[in-house]
Amino acid sequence: MTAAAEPISELKLEGITKRFPGVLACDGISLDVRRGEVLALVGENGAGKTTLMNIIMGLYRPDSGSISVNGEVVQFRAPGDAYARGIGMVHQHFMLVPNMTVAENLALGLKDLHHFMRLDIKGAAQKIREVSERYELPVNPDAYIWQLSVGEQQRVELVKTLCLGAKLLILDEPTSALTPQETDDLIERLQRMASELAIIFISHKLNEVKALSDRVSILRHGAVVFNGHTANHEPSELAALMTGHEVTLPRNEGSGLQGTPLLSVRQLRVRGDRGNFALDGLDLELRAGEVLGVAGVSGNGQREFADALAGLRPVESGEILFQGRNLANKTPREIIDSGMGYVPEDRQTEGIVPSFSVKDNLILKDFAAKKFSKLSFLARKSIDRNAEQLKEQFDIRCPSTSTATGALSGGNIQKVILAREIARGPKALVAVYPTRGIDMGAQEFIHSQLLERRREGIGIILISEELEEVMNLSDRIAVIYKGRILKVLSAVEATRERLGILMAGLADTDPPPAAGASSLPAAGAAHE
Amino acid sequence: MNKQKVLFGGTVIIAVSLVAAALVALVLLAIGASPLATYKTILTGPLSDLFGVTEVLVRSVPLLLVGLGIAISFRSGILNIGAEGQIQMGVLAATAMALALPGLPKGLLLPLVLLAGALGGAVWGGIAGWLRARLQVNEILSTVMLNYIAAQIHTFLLRGPMLDPNELETGSGTPQSMRLPDASFLDQIIPGTRLHTGLILALVAAVLVWVLLWKTTLGYRMRAAGAGAKAARYAGIPVERYLIVAMLLAGGFAGLAGAVEVTGVHHRAIEGISSGYGFAGIVVALFGGLHPAGIIPSAFFFGILLIGADMTQRSASVPANMVLVLQGVIILAIVSAQSFLRNPYAQERVLRWMARLVPAWLKSKKGAQS
Repeated sequence: MTAAAEPISELKLEGITKRFPGVLACDGISLDVRRGEVLALVGENGAGKTTLMNIIMGLYRPDSGSISVNGEVVQFRAPGDAYARGIGMVHQHFMLVPNMTVAENLALGLKDLHHFMRLDIKGAAQKIREVSERYELPVNPDAYIWQLSVGEQQRVELVKTLCLGAKLLILDEPTSALTPQETDDLIERLQRMASELAIIFISHKLNEVKALSDRVSILRHGAVVFNGHTANHEPSELAALMTGHEVTLPRNEGSGLQGTPLLSVRQLRVRGDRGNFALDGLDLELRAGEVLGVAGVSGNGQREFADALAGLRPVESGEILFQGRNLANKTPREIIDSGMGYVPEDRQTEGIVPSFSVKDNLILKDFAAKKFSKLSFLARKSIDRNAEQLKEQFDIRCPSTSTATGALSGGNIQKVILAREIARGPKALVAVYPTRGIDMGAQEFIHSQLLERRREGIGIILISEELEEVMNLSDRIAVIYKGRILKVLSAVEATRERLGILMAGLADTDPPPAAGASSLPAAGAAHE
Repeated sequence: MNKQKVLFGGTVIIAVSLVAAALVALVLLAIGASPLATYKTILTGPLSDLFGVTEVLVRSVPLLLVGLGIAISFRSGILNIGAEGQIQMGVLAATAMALALPGLPKGLLLPLVLLAGALGGAVWGGIAGWLRARLQVNEILSTVMLNYIAAQIHTFLLRGPMLDPNELETGSGTPQSMRLPDASFLDQIIPGTRLHTGLILALVAAVLVWVLLWKTTLGYRMRAAGAGAKAARYAGIPVERYLIVAMLLAGGFAGLAGAVEVTGVHHRAIEGISSGYGFAGIVVALFGGLHPAGIIPSAFFFGILLIGADMTQRSASVPANMVLVLQGVIILAIVSAQSFLRNPYAQERVLRWMARLVPAWLKSKKGAQS
């Protein structure tokens, strides 16, 4: 299985069609990619990218159409068959066992290392060292996965796939969990690797597509709507092709009007899951009618900060003063009732109950309110009316408000959450990674909603690692590092470079040359 | 699109049921019985006369009550395997109440006895709920262990403090309590049969459970806590509190089932009174889709199985315990069907495999679908 066949010179898909009950997932897709080339495969969620890749890997078989490698038609029945022809895939969600070392994880997939009664871990480590040297992907074979940052785990996935003999790499949204620095680093490494390999890069982040790929194919509703050379097209043009209409992400054209102080966090100390102080004296002030961006490499206390604001993590010391009232260590219910809105990080498990209908999720915080219940019986009529109204107002695309919410796309789930939070008329709103993994159309909608609430005088804390997002929406940007706010910049002062340096924990004296900003210190910080 | 999904789900469930039936047929063949004759006896025998039907209903009553409680707990995210022990505690509490107040009129005594049974079960279930909510003790372990403790208490009381003094005098020593006062009996619906008004009670309970879970804010909270504990917590619902409430209710229903068995069927506490209803109730609830509208027919179906299995023992010399094999296979079938319907890759593989075996059949099916 590992003795990779001859290097791939060309992978060609012709007329691939795949139908699921009620859905045409792939509609006559033809693509090709050659050695030494990066093909970007772009499309919104549900456009058919992942199904197509699963077909290439042999997880699904197409209803019609053919796949050929080096001109020879192949039929893969399982991922093993694809690997045997040198095709490997790195999934969006890492397939690593956290309490095993890097070498042990590789050994899981390498049958030649499994001898009778003995597993050749040394052989695995040796192989990892060879590959990581050859492709300049530094990886320590003896490190445990749980010790590694997300960026490092991504490298492990790459090395693992290469060790299994892949010469054509399929990368499914490889940057979705990475910090800006890690993303830059990955793209640089992929560019170097591309000369010996073929790469299919799946993404909907068009600046990355622009930076990395030679050619781009755009999928919409299961069909290829565009093929072209990346260099000849602007990201905005690609975005329009991808969504089917012009997309312009709204910007905060703030007048600099400063409202009254709404929320002030003083010397907040909160423990993380491992008992360390994840927040260690955090100070922050939010005013009414502003968007305060909190930028930082993930793992610097954002999660704990958000949890503490929601009342889900005990506060060791410090205060969260909201309109003069200390909310530290109050119950979630008390915090909700005081007028705090919350868009949680993990929308699938924290924001909604997936098996509940859209209308039931829209009252998740208010089912006991007078409006939706009488004598502790649910008032179905007003719940239905509420749902229809919010569906309209927030453009929630669902077959009906009785549909299970978990069946909707990420963007629509986020709209359900946002609709619920905004309809409650909060005074402040905490939004944690509100557009992570969401397609551009929904992103545009969510951004404009946030800005509209800002105009209405709601104070918004936006926790995000997407620099574009933070810079587009914020009035002020606070950089969080190791559980403290390192510095608060006004929107005018903030540049990508300056934020990048601050996020890496470097003092903000005079900006050093940009070259140093995107390398490893940031990756190191993430798992401390 | 939804229609197709329902159709597909239905096909899968029927296919899985057939596989389950075939598996049990293998077991039957292995013990030298004829599968067809056995199935025929089990499924049609009990319904062939009035006596059979009433006996089926008598068995359905405790199954339905236990199944409703199980549905409440499973829906609230806590897996109650302890109904067996909760029934026994219900039996003891109900018996003690009836024997303690023998002079009360029926209108007062019967409700008190049933309430006592429900409370006995609720306390026993509540212990597991409290342990889980406050100390994160796994409820599967705690409820199973509480079953053993309840069984020992039940045995001890029936052989000691609650033993019928007559048994001591006559020296037969059958471990059972004194006969309950007549004022604590559930009435018979059809004279000459054992069918009692507990059936009406159970059906009313089914409606109440449906109202509770789907119409009230309490039910909403409990289902939210069960289906998405994290999201519920973020929405300000104290999930732990509802775990305890769910276990109190689940235990209460099991305890009520015990009280109904005492006051409706046996008229005294005896050994083996729970006769596996606590475990069969889990199968009933799962088979009924954890919804009262499904649990009612499901309880009736398992009532048929229980009576049918008794009949095959007599007519076809197939041991009645075969019904346990059936129950086990049904659980496996339900769980596999559910995980199969959640796994698109497995579906793809099976469809591919079928397409190779029966291409013509698939083609005609596809034609019908589009």
